[in-house]
Amino acid sequence: MLNLKKDTGLFVLIIVVGTVVALINPLFVSSINIANTANLVGLFGMFAIAQAFVIITGGIELSVGSMIALLGVIFVDLIANLGVPWQLAAPLVLAIGFVLGLGHGLLITKKHMQPFVVTLCGLLIYRGVARFYTEDATAGFPFGVRFEDLEFITTGRTDLLALLTGGAMKSISLPHSFFLMLLLAAIMWMVLHRSVFGRYLYAVGKNEEAARFSGIRTDRVVIAAYVICGVLTALSAIFLAMYTRSILPSSHGNFYELYAIAAAVLGGFSLRGGEGSIVGVVLGTILLQILQNLVNLLGIPSSLNFAVSGSVILIGVLADQEYAAFRKRRALVRSRLGGQERAPDKVPQAAEPTS
Amino acid sequence: MASAFLKLTGIGKSYPGVLALNDYSMEVGPGEVIGLVGENGAGKSTLMKILGGVISPDRGTIEIDGVQRASLTVFDSMSAGIAFVHQELNLFDNLDVAANIFIGREPRKYGLLQLVDSEKMHAMVQPYLHRLGANFSASSAVAGLSLAQQQMVEIAKALSLNSRLVILDEPTSSLPLSEANKLLQVIAGLKAQGISFIFVSHRLDEVVQACDRVIVLRDGRLVGQLAGEAIRHDAMVKLMVGRDLKVVYVGPRDRPGDVVLSVHDLRTASYPFQRVNVEFRRGEILGLAGLVGAGRTELARAIFGVDRIEGGALKLDGKPVRFNTAADAVKAGVFLVPEDRKAMGLLLDFSISENITLPNLGAYAPMMAVSPEAERKQAEKSRAELGIRAPNVSARAGSLSGGNQQKVVLAKWLAMNPRFIIFDEPTRGIDVGAKSEIYRLMRGLADKGVAVLMISSDMEEVIGVSDRVAVMRLGWISRVLERAQCSEANILELAMGAEETIEREFTGEMQC
Repeated sequence: MLNLKKDTGLFVLIIVVGTVVALINPLFVSSINIANTANLVGLFGMFAIAQAFVIITGGIELSVGSMIALLGVIFVDLIANLGVPWQLAAPLVLAIGFVLGLGHGLLITKKHMQPFVVTLCGLLIYRGVARFYTEDATAGFPFGVRFEDLEFITTGRTDLLALLTGGAMKSISLPHSFFLMLLLAAIMWMVLHRSVFGRYLYAVGKNEEAARFSGIRTDRVVIAAYVICGVLTALSAIFLAMYTRSILPSSHGNFYELYAIAAAVLGGFSLRGGEGSIVGVVLGTILLQILQNLVNLLGIPSSLNFAVSGSVILIGVLADQEYAAFRKRRALVRSRLGGQERAPDKVPQAAEPTS
Repeated sequence: MASAFLKLTGIGKSYPGVLALNDYSMEVGPGEVIGLVGENGAGKSTLMKILGGVISPDRGTIEIDGVQRASLTVFDSMSAGIAFVHQELNLFDNLDVAANIFIGREPRKYGLLQLVDSEKMHAMVQPYLHRLGANFSASSAVAGLSLAQQQMVEIAKALSLNSRLVILDEPTSSLPLSEANKLLQVIAGLKAQGISFIFVSHRLDEVVQACDRVIVLRDGRLVGQLAGEAIRHDAMVKLMVGRDLKVVYVGPRDRPGDVVLSVHDLRTASYPFQRVNVEFRRGEILGLAGLVGAGRTELARAIFGVDRIEGGALKLDGKPVRFNTAADAVKAGVFLVPEDRKAMGLLLDFSISENITLPNLGAYAPMMAVSPEAERKQAEKSRAELGIRAPNVSARAGSLSGGNQQKVVLAKWLAMNPRFIIFDEPTRGIDVGAKSEIYRLMRGLADKGVAVLMISSDMEEVIGVSDRVAVMRLGWISRVLERAQCSEANILELAMGAEETIEREFTGEMQC
C-alpha cells in the first residue's frame, strides 16, 4: 500500500523541474524564495493532508476554503477584538473545526448523503456566514496590536542548523509553518500507514461493504476522517490568518479545497478512495507550489497560473495511468509466457474428500 | 402441433470436470409453452446460454427453420426470434415504458438532428401493450410499475423484436401469487397468438398451470418429459431427484453439544411477517436449504448484524444479545462467510495477510502500530493450516483462484475465536478439488466445537455435508430434517412446497 514507486517518481519530477527552473533563474534557490515557498508549502500542506484523509475514504471535502475563511475570521475577531487570549481562542477554533467535520461525517454516514453534496453546501454556508460575521468587511488586527508568542509560533522563522550547532553553522531560516507541516505529516504518516485506524481507512476506501463484513465500524471510520479533516483545516486556518493578518471573507481561502484535491491527486490519490500516501500528498503540494513559483520566476504571465497547474496535473495523472496499464499488460504477457509454474490451483489434490 | 421451427439434436457441453449438458435434444413449435425444471446445476442455464448464443455447444446441431448449424451467435439467436426475460430484469427504471422497449433503436426525427421521435415511439409501443392486456401505458415510468408489470415490459420488448420464442427464467420467483397469475394469463394469451415460451421455474404449481409439456433435466441430461395431464407436482419431483451424490458424508466426531446461538421469532425486512426460529448447536453443521429468494441470505445477514432486524431476538449461550453492526457480531465470535466473496468477503486489492488480520487488527498492533511481522506470522500460519495456494502471503487476494480466495475469507475468522460461523453458498464458483477442502475445513471447525450454518442451493452439498437440514421457504423455516430424513425428495418437497401448504402460506402472506 505504500505507493513507493509513485512517490519516487513525483520526487524525481520535483527535482527535475526545480533544477531546470534554478538553471534558468537562479533566484529560485535564493534563500528568500526558498523560505517563502516553504511557508506556502507548509500552509497548503496542512489542509492538503486534511483533505487526504477524506479522499482516502472515497469522499471529498469541498468546504475547506470556506472553512478557512470562517474560522480565520472567528479567530482574528476573538483575539483582536474580543480580547480572548489566543491560548484559548486557538483550541476553540480547533473545536469548531472538529464539530463541523463531525457534522459532515454524520450527515454522510447516518443520513446517507453524498459527500459532494454535504460539503458543497458547507462551502456555500460557511462562506456566507463568514461574510455575514464581518458584514463583508475585512477582519484584521487593529494598528499596533501584537501577539508576540503567537506570531513567533505561526509566522516566525528558525534556522534549524544554526539552532542545533549553537550558531556555529548557518543555513536558511525556514518558516515555522513548514516545520509544523512536516511534524503533522510525520504524525499523520504514522496514523495512516502504521495504525489500525489507518488500515481501516484504506479498507473502507477500497470496499466499504467488505470492510463492514470484516467487522469494521465503517461509519465511525468515515466520521473520524471528516473530523480529522475539520481539525487540521482549522489549524491551517489559524496559520493562514496569522500569515495574511487581514482576512477578506469573500475571497480568503477561495479555491483552497481544489488546491488540496489537486495536491492529493498529483500525489497519487484516487478519488475513488483507498489509494494514496502522506508522502504523496506532501510532494504533490510541493510540486504545485513550485509550479506557481515557476510561473513568476520564468516570466510567464501570471494569468496563466492555473492553466500551468492544470496542465501538469492532467499530464501527470494521464502518464501515471498509462504507465500502470502498460505494466499490467507486461505482467500479463510474462505470466502467460511462464504460465506453467503458476496456476496454483492445479496442484494435485493431496487430500481427497473424505471417506 | 404445427411443425417445429427450432430443433436441438444431440447437444453436449462440458466444462472442466463437469458435463453440463449431455446429448440433449428438443423441438419447439409455435404456440407451445414448455416447462424446464431441474435442480440447481442440472443444466438449465447452460441450455439457455446455448439458445441465447452466449456459449457454443461442443457437440450437436441447432436447426432453425430447416437451417442447421453447430452453434448460434447472439445475433443469430435474436434474428431467429428468440428472446429472454431474465429473473433480474434489465430495465432502466429512470425511463418510461416506450423508451425501454426501443432502447438503442429509437425512431428519430428532424433529419440531421436525430432527435428521438417520442410520439412515434409511444404509438409503436401501444399495440404491443394492448396485445399483452397491460394495464399501464407506453408513457408510464418503469420505476412506478410492479415487478410483474416490468416483466410485461420485457415481454413487450420481445414482441417488438418479432420474437416467436420467449424464454422466461424464473419469472415468478419474486412475484406474489396474484401477480404471478397475471403473468401466467399473459403467457396463455400470447400462446394463442402463436408465440412459444420456455418457462424455467422452481415453482412447480405454476409449471403445472402454465405448461403444455415439461422437460426435466438432471445432471445435464434429459431424464423425462411430461405432457398434458401427466404434468403433476409429484411426478416432476420424482424425476428431478436421484442424481449422483458425489460428496460423501462425514459425520461429526462427537455428538452435537449445547446450543450456541438461538434465533427467536426473528423477522427480516424481506419477509417482515414471517418469524424464524432455529437453534445452532456446537459441533454440528446445519444445512439451510431452500430456493433462491427464500430468505436464507437475509436471515444470515440479520443474524450477523449487517441488516436491521424487524423483530425477534437472538440468544448467545442462552443470554439475549443484540448485534447492531457486524462489528458486534464479530466481537461475540459470530462470523459470516458471505455469498459474494469478491464484493463482501474480501478486499481484493489487499494482500492475503492484510485480509486475514483485518477483523482483529488490534491484536497485531502492539504499541499502536500494526506490526507487519506479526501479520505475516499469522498469515503464514493460516496459509499452512488451510492450504492456501499462493506465491506468498503478500500476494493480492484478487490474484487468487476462487477456492483460495474463499480460504482467505475463512482464514480471517479462523484466526480469531469462532463460536458460530455462517457459510453462505461457500463453494459457489469453486472447482471440485477446492470444494472438498472447504468441506473438510467446515467439518474440522465443527469438530472443534463451533456451530456451523451452511446455506447452500446445491443439493449434493446440502445432503453431503449437513448433519441436519433446515428447509426455508417464503421466509420461514418450514422444517428441520434429521440426518436420516435428509433425502433429496424430502428437501425438494419442503423447498418447493406441496400444493396445500402453498395455499396456506399464501393466504397467510396476503393478510399482510
